[in-house]
Amino acid sequence: MYDITGYHEAHSLADVFAVIRTDPHARIVAGGTDVLVKNRAEAATYAEVALIGIREIPELQGIRLEVDGTISIGALCSFDEIEHDPIIRQHMGLLAQAVSLVGGPQTRHMGTIGGNICNAGPGADSSPSLLAYNAVLEIQSPTGTRHLPIRDLFTGPSQTVLKPGDVVVRINVAQADYQGYVGYYTKFARRNALDIANQSCAALIKVNDQQEIQDLRIAFGASAPTPVRAPHAEAYAQGKTISADVLKAIGTACLKDTKTHSGRNSKAFRDHLVTVLPGRNIMTALKGDE
Amino acid sequence: MKQTIAFTLNGEAVSCDVDVRQSLIEVLRDEFEMTGVKEGCSVGECGACTVIIDGQTMESCLYMAVWANGKNITTIEGVAAEDGHLDNVQQAFVDAGAVQCGYCTPGMVLSSEQLLADNPNPTRDEIRRGLSGNMCRCTGYQKIVDAVELAAKNGGVKTDNRNKIPFHVAN
Amino acid sequence: MDKKKIVGHSEERWDAIAKVKGQANYTGDFSFKHLLHAKILRSTIAHGYVKSYDIAEAAQMPGVIKIFLPEDLPHHLYSTAGHPWNLDPAKRDIEDRTMLTRHVHVYGDDIALVVARTELQAKKAMLKIKVEYDEYPVYLTPEAAMAPDAMRIHPERENAFASSEVGFGDVKQSLKDADYVIARHLTTPVQQHLHLENQIAVAYQSSDQRWTCISSTQIPHICRRIVAQANGIDWSQVRVKKPFIGGGFGNKQEIIIEPLVVALSRALGGRPVQIALTREETIAYTRTRHAISYDMKIGVNQDGHLTAIDCDVLSNQGGYASHGHAVGGKGGTFINALYRADSLRFSAKTVYTNIATAGAMRGYGMPQVIFALESIIDDAADKIGMDPIKFRQINHQPDGFYNQLGQTKQRDFLIEQCLVKGRAAFHWDEKLAASQAYKTGVKRRGVGIAAFSFGTAVWPFGLETSSARLFALPDGTFKLQVGATEIGQGADTALAQMAAETLGVPFKSVIRDVMTDTDLDPYDTGAYASRQTYIGGVAVKKAAEEMKQKILKRAETEFKVQLEHMDIVDGNIVYRADGDLVTTVKDMAMQSYYDWDTAGSMETYSSINVHHNSYGSGCSLAEVEVDIETGQVKLLSLMNVHDSGKIINPLLASGQVDGGMAMSAAYGLNEELLYNKAGKPLNNNMLDYKLPTAMDLPDLEGVFVESQDPLGPYGNKALGENPDVSPAPAIRNAVKNAIGVGIDKIPLTPELVYNQYQAAQKAAKGDL
Repeated sequence: MYDITGYHEAHSLADVFAVIRTDPHARIVAGGTDVLVKNRAEAATYAEVALIGIREIPELQGIRLEVDGTISIGALCSFDEIEHDPIIRQHMGLLAQAVSLVGGPQTRHMGTIGGNICNAGPGADSSPSLLAYNAVLEIQSPTGTRHLPIRDLFTGPSQTVLKPGDVVVRINVAQADYQGYVGYYTKFARRNALDIANQSCAALIKVNDQQEIQDLRIAFGASAPTPVRAPHAEAYAQGKTISADVLKAIGTACLKDTKTHSGRNSKAFRDHLVTVLPGRNIMTALKGDE
Repeated sequence: MKQTIAFTLNGEAVSCDVDVRQSLIEVLRDEFEMTGVKEGCSVGECGACTVIIDGQTMESCLYMAVWANGKNITTIEGVAAEDGHLDNVQQAFVDAGAVQCGYCTPGMVLSSEQLLADNPNPTRDEIRRGLSGNMCRCTGYQKIVDAVELAAKNGGVKTDNRNKIPFHVAN
Repeated sequence: MDKKKIVGHSEERWDAIAKVKGQANYTGDFSFKHLLHAKILRSTIAHGYVKSYDIAEAAQMPGVIKIFLPEDLPHHLYSTAGHPWNLDPAKRDIEDRTMLTRHVHVYGDDIALVVARTELQAKKAMLKIKVEYDEYPVYLTPEAAMAPDAMRIHPERENAFASSEVGFGDVKQSLKDADYVIARHLTTPVQQHLHLENQIAVAYQSSDQRWTCISSTQIPHICRRIVAQANGIDWSQVRVKKPFIGGGFGNKQEIIIEPLVVALSRALGGRPVQIALTREETIAYTRTRHAISYDMKIGVNQDGHLTAIDCDVLSNQGGYASHGHAVGGKGGTFINALYRADSLRFSAKTVYTNIATAGAMRGYGMPQVIFALESIIDDAADKIGMDPIKFRQINHQPDGFYNQLGQTKQRDFLIEQCLVKGRAAFHWDEKLAASQAYKTGVKRRGVGIAAFSFGTAVWPFGLETSSARLFALPDGTFKLQVGATEIGQGADTALAQMAAETLGVPFKSVIRDVMTDTDLDPYDTGAYASRQTYIGGVAVKKAAEEMKQKILKRAETEFKVQLEHMDIVDGNIVYRADGDLVTTVKDMAMQSYYDWDTAGSMETYSSINVHHNSYGSGCSLAEVEVDIETGQVKLLSLMNVHDSGKIINPLLASGQVDGGMAMSAAYGLNEELLYNKAGKPLNNNMLDYKLPTAMDLPDLEGVFVESQDPLGPYGNKALGENPDVSPAPAIRNAVKNAIGVGIDKIPLTPELVYNQYQAAQKAAKGDL
């Protein structure tokens, strides 16, 4: 049995807000792959609270291509759904690849992208790609709707700016942020499945025919307290022609934005990976043979 | 904290009162005596408790019982034919030597069923990926992968004449 | 005459259908009315003493039946190790624990028990118990625990509580005589069994007023003894039932929770009480594979001759003695079994520390010592520039060698054939040549080999007894009862094949137990030491031979055909000469039940004590690709070759090989239980402990060099553990072949490989 004090099945956002009003400690649960695990572990604020199920709320479902070219992903979309969605596969291959590396099939069927980013794990597989795509979160709360760039979401390990009553409803990516880009994601983990990243890196790049970099976006997981972009390296790369030296310089510049510490791997090794993974991702992305 | 849920279990419409704190595995094992659903870690890391819910494998230890309401759920007990005859996947597990201690077997069979329903002719790499959410310590997965290949060769998963398994038919 | 061979044929394991249908019942699948659930309160320090408990709040929690402190349970000292009892007190396992303790020896030590109506209630009450400790210094390594100022973890004995030295010749002189001396400090990690079914046991008082314990144990009869000893009751007052087991790998050769559930049921009026350990508890607080370090030196001449093998061993026992020195002290015998040298010294110490108690695990010390031996042997071959397979070929012991350290003549010892077959079957030379194209660039390839030797069962170091019972059923089938334990490995199927083979009846005519029950099944010590087909097989063979005689005797009386002229083939009693039918086993069985004059049901029983051992051998061959930028090692292919005598059931045998290879490959590459400085386990869950998934292993190939062992009951010898011995060093040697650096530590994590490669590059540059 889960250690909870009650369960509310919300059928609308209004239902969610109503519960939160009377019980501010109630916790939203989507796929359960994170919240229920922490409940078993009796983690503070995850156990001895009521849960609010949001699986039935229509606004959080489905993936669509808006008329202005924006791709809108419902927060409740499972990793499996995103991996196999034709819109995502066509336009956001980096994200499809990243979520295909989450856990195992069961986790990908159960876990949701909204849950993945709201839990704000430093190594969450979807976060680096969404950072690279400049994703914007549509958040609804009892006081209204707001749009928050994912870059402004994370404040620390498992911490975000979200307040009780905030519900991430959709994740939107504008056409300019995916069109013409190729990308590749490396999940550096000890296993090829059922693992979380020791470190991860997403690279999204646009080059011209002369192999000059038009735009480069690099994001890391588990290389700082939160998933981070690497703006110094990105700025350096602008207009450069791809070469071994440039890739190396990009990697080195990434260290200005990452903040590793020693854990299972030492800081020195983690920093080494920070410098190596972007170049490898860029080359793999450009070869197009993922 | 009781709630009544109704769902389809191995082809049969069922309902029961559950405590909202219960997980699906608890209800399947304790209320319906589906003890083929095994618990190995309770936190979604081993796959032993895998069941098929609306055509997708899920871990019943991380699935709240109340979520089962309205769902179509298959456990290992629903895989063999009514008369007890093994289906292709089960038979292939027996023939290929994929069974040792047997504790991962129910979940492994269900993942294989769904894998073949979605992809009737998988490569060995695709099989490995399809089974990567199910841990096994006895076999090194070798004969389990062999078994899924064998099952595919022997006709795969029959989704037509056996409506007990709620497979969505792959395109 | 065409006699159907059942031994040697891949008969379908008798429990496979039940398992694929979800019908096989494991301990947790039995339902009890009003089952009570117990949770163990575990210490949150690794070494110290519980000064006080405050259970006031916990006792008031909903559903709590009772909270038990160490003073509330019996205090008899016992050992959890699953060995046969020894009549000589000096030779018994060290009895250094009680059921609950205030004296904390390991993080997570059992310091109290909470019994409640549900598991959640027990857990929530447990979390409310407040504990105050006196904290003592924590020792994580043998070196730390052996420091002069270290305090004793068990006051009764020194931390280095056991030592031994075996060997022959003068290693110092032999090392002096050698052209080259290679010295290495090799270390192995703490590995955990990770059987998919966690430890679980239920106990209740049965109607005969005795105590029944249903348990996922590898050793039901030994379990009965240890439960009784821990509780201070007569052995006969305990009945152990073992249903299907979800794997054991040695961890269930320890009696860990069974004494507790029996004690709790006894304290609660015989009500059924269950302890089901969580995955986190199972990984951290049951048993592990000993982490062992080896300071090894070998002397080698340019021509490949080995002059000396010298080895100092430190085995990290953890907080309780458990199997103790039997694991770390093992090695000298099997080094001697494998290689000839002018002299050998193997000196080992086993040392208490405050990490998790190490115990039996598949291979029982051999994966550690073979990792060390086969690493340094390979480095010696490199040193003199000799092909590593050839180097092993010129140094291995010959067939028929008498191993004085093991008091065993190595009959039918086929390491030579294994090496030859492995080289060809693995396409070693082709793969080695192909790897030359991957010696520059980011991805480097290489191949590696490691050999091993392995004993069957435990004689002469331990007692080897077994027994079997057969009775004929009226329809001509036979019920086989053995105490030997099926734990998923297929022992029951193999033993049934043996019985059918000897009886001359179809395999399906032998019916097995779905439950091993100490009240019903005859005595056998259980599943360990790759012993069951070898020792249990002798008992089964004897019972089956006697049954066959009984059946033929009955036919002789009935049909007046002399017994020696008859045989049983496929359930028919036939003339030995031409196979003509005399009668059927079924007719004789029916008659034995119902014939007015001669009825008397046919039963046989055997009980045996075996005083011999057969050594197996084999090798592993591995091919890897190393990413020198990230240190990641990809295992491209892996093959094991086994000299295990006659293979009773090729499909099941092959399954044992696959599983052992996977366990050892992961040992070499990924698995390691980690602790912080305070001795707290850091990765005791399946996300952080890196058991391989289906995507982490290549196709595994197993090859047999089959023969007829002269002492094995059906020509067979050990196989269950053998495959888990040599893959890790083969992978280590393949990595060395790929990147030119021999790494002395496993697992070969990316950071370790990367750092060692970088250090070697720097050293090479420094040389220039």
